[in-house]
Amino acid sequence: MKIPTQVREALGDLMAEYALSIDENRLEDWVELFDERCDYKVVTRENVEQSLPNVLMWCDNKNMLRDRVQSYRHVNLYNPHYDRHVLGLLHFIEEKDSVWRFDVPYSLFQTELEGASRLFSVGRYRVEALVEGGAARLKSVTVIADTGLVPSLLATPV
Amino acid sequence: MEPKIDWPRNDYSRVPFWLHHDEALYELEMERIFRGPAWSYLCLEAEIPHPGDFRTTWIGDTPVVVSRNKDGVIHAFVNRCSHRGAMIVRELRGNAERHVCLYHRWCYSGAGELTGLPFRKGLRGEGGMPADFDMRAESPRKLAVASVHGVLFGTFSPEHAEPIESYLGEFGTGIVKRFMSRPIRILGYSRQRIAGNWKLYAENLRDTYHASLLHEFFVTYGVDRATQKGGVKMDARHRHNMNHAYAATDTQEEAKAAYSDTAARLDRMQLRDTKLLQFKNEFADGMNLAAPTFFPNALLIQINNSLATRQIRPKGVAAHEVFQTVFGYVDDDEAMTRHRLISANLVGPAGFVSMEDGEAIEVVQKATRSAGDACAIVEMGGRGAVRDLAHRVTETPIRGFWSYWAELMGAEPPNAIR
Repeated sequence: MKIPTQVREALGDLMAEYALSIDENRLEDWVELFDERCDYKVVTRENVEQSLPNVLMWCDNKNMLRDRVQSYRHVNLYNPHYDRHVLGLLHFIEEKDSVWRFDVPYSLFQTELEGASRLFSVGRYRVEALVEGGAARLKSVTVIADTGLVPSLLATPV
Repeated sequence: MEPKIDWPRNDYSRVPFWLHHDEALYELEMERIFRGPAWSYLCLEAEIPHPGDFRTTWIGDTPVVVSRNKDGVIHAFVNRCSHRGAMIVRELRGNAERHVCLYHRWCYSGAGELTGLPFRKGLRGEGGMPADFDMRAESPRKLAVASVHGVLFGTFSPEHAEPIESYLGEFGTGIVKRFMSRPIRILGYSRQRIAGNWKLYAENLRDTYHASLLHEFFVTYGVDRATQKGGVKMDARHRHNMNHAYAATDTQEEAKAAYSDTAARLDRMQLRDTKLLQFKNEFADGMNLAAPTFFPNALLIQINNSLATRQIRPKGVAAHEVFQTVFGYVDDDEAMTRHRLISANLVGPAGFVSMEDGEAIEVVQKATRSAGDACAIVEMGGRGAVRDLAHRVTETPIRGFWSYWAELMGAEPPNAIR
């Protein structure tokens, strides 16, 4: 599949900002990477391989993403930590009406306040993103976590 | 060995912290509780619907296979080869007529009986097992299995266990039936590893006091508040319990007065999309929250329309896995299944009203390791006898848990309450 350089760059930048906005605790910026009509889901490989629909997290529009972030900021309590995403290369699958579908492998490390780091989650993103005029927006992100055994708890997004 | 526990009080209103840190005590729990006369949750019948279906599970830290044979009868046996101790079944689930250990190909029936082994009679008259080797006598240890409306329980010690009906009590069998009133459909699993002793999770499930305080989401968005009508019910022996609440039985004003710290937020904070809070009443009793917990390792949980079982899997003295099986009903339409999955945002490792438990337990484990003889205070809801309550400002069922735990462990204080 031949991918125009401009598209490759736009989507690479989009995913870099996706990871960095979470790692820098700019969750409000992370939400803004999504289109108003969007879908964000965290599922596990164990369920996917059995065709079971259970979700760890599911926001089927941007308002639900905003609600998640609002809840993290003001309501929920969770382990204080730093996130660090390490993303792999984009693997393109198809394009339709300027919406590109691709996979990106990820590793997500968590570091606690006293400095101990651990691998928190490893898996892949299945992404659909719209590229228009050199800019890209997320239509859909499905996090398919190989790490089905969530260490401690899952709060901040993957 | 008899554990020596210096209980400051006979009503378990003080619980020594070291009980969550002692390796020898943990080994004894595995023996006297999980491999003892308690009935532990195994899995759901709906997970092994066909002849030959099996799945693996854990009772305490013992690996177990649960399988359905060709006549539909369900068996459970220890997942450990009689020969050299290898795990016989390494898959999570599947369908098989027989199970073969990878190491020396010892062969087991679906019911867990040793049925064959290679070179038993040797080769060319040489080698082989002694002629009097009795395969039947060397089969892995079996559990007695009981199905309560499709929920499978097992015990290693049926000769000492109560019949399952009296173990669960009227309260227990009744509430299982409520959840399993229609054929269920498995929606999937979630797993969470919490760095804390398994009993901290068992306590958490019996602590209705924490629910609306730790889980501020409950109060902020009105899913569950102590001001709602509800309470705690227990079995006669106080080992199982159920925190429950009835939908829409309090007012915003009552809640604001009760939760003065968060009152401002009750007015200010709104969800932009409230569909995950929707409750479609599907039970005759009108409860929107029900969390019946069964000693030692299980609970059923309903939060609005999200339904699940949870199994506590101890992983050494300082860790446990919470294994959750999410389900709906076979007759749910597509919209209802979607609604249940959206509701699943509330529960599980990432749940709006459950994520905090992992953190709370881990910080207890961290801070109590050095606590010496210090004890937890368990007095909310009163001291003395343990009984059902028509309110939820209580942690009394925690005392019920410890009383039964101490009984099975042979570690009751003098004149212990039960």
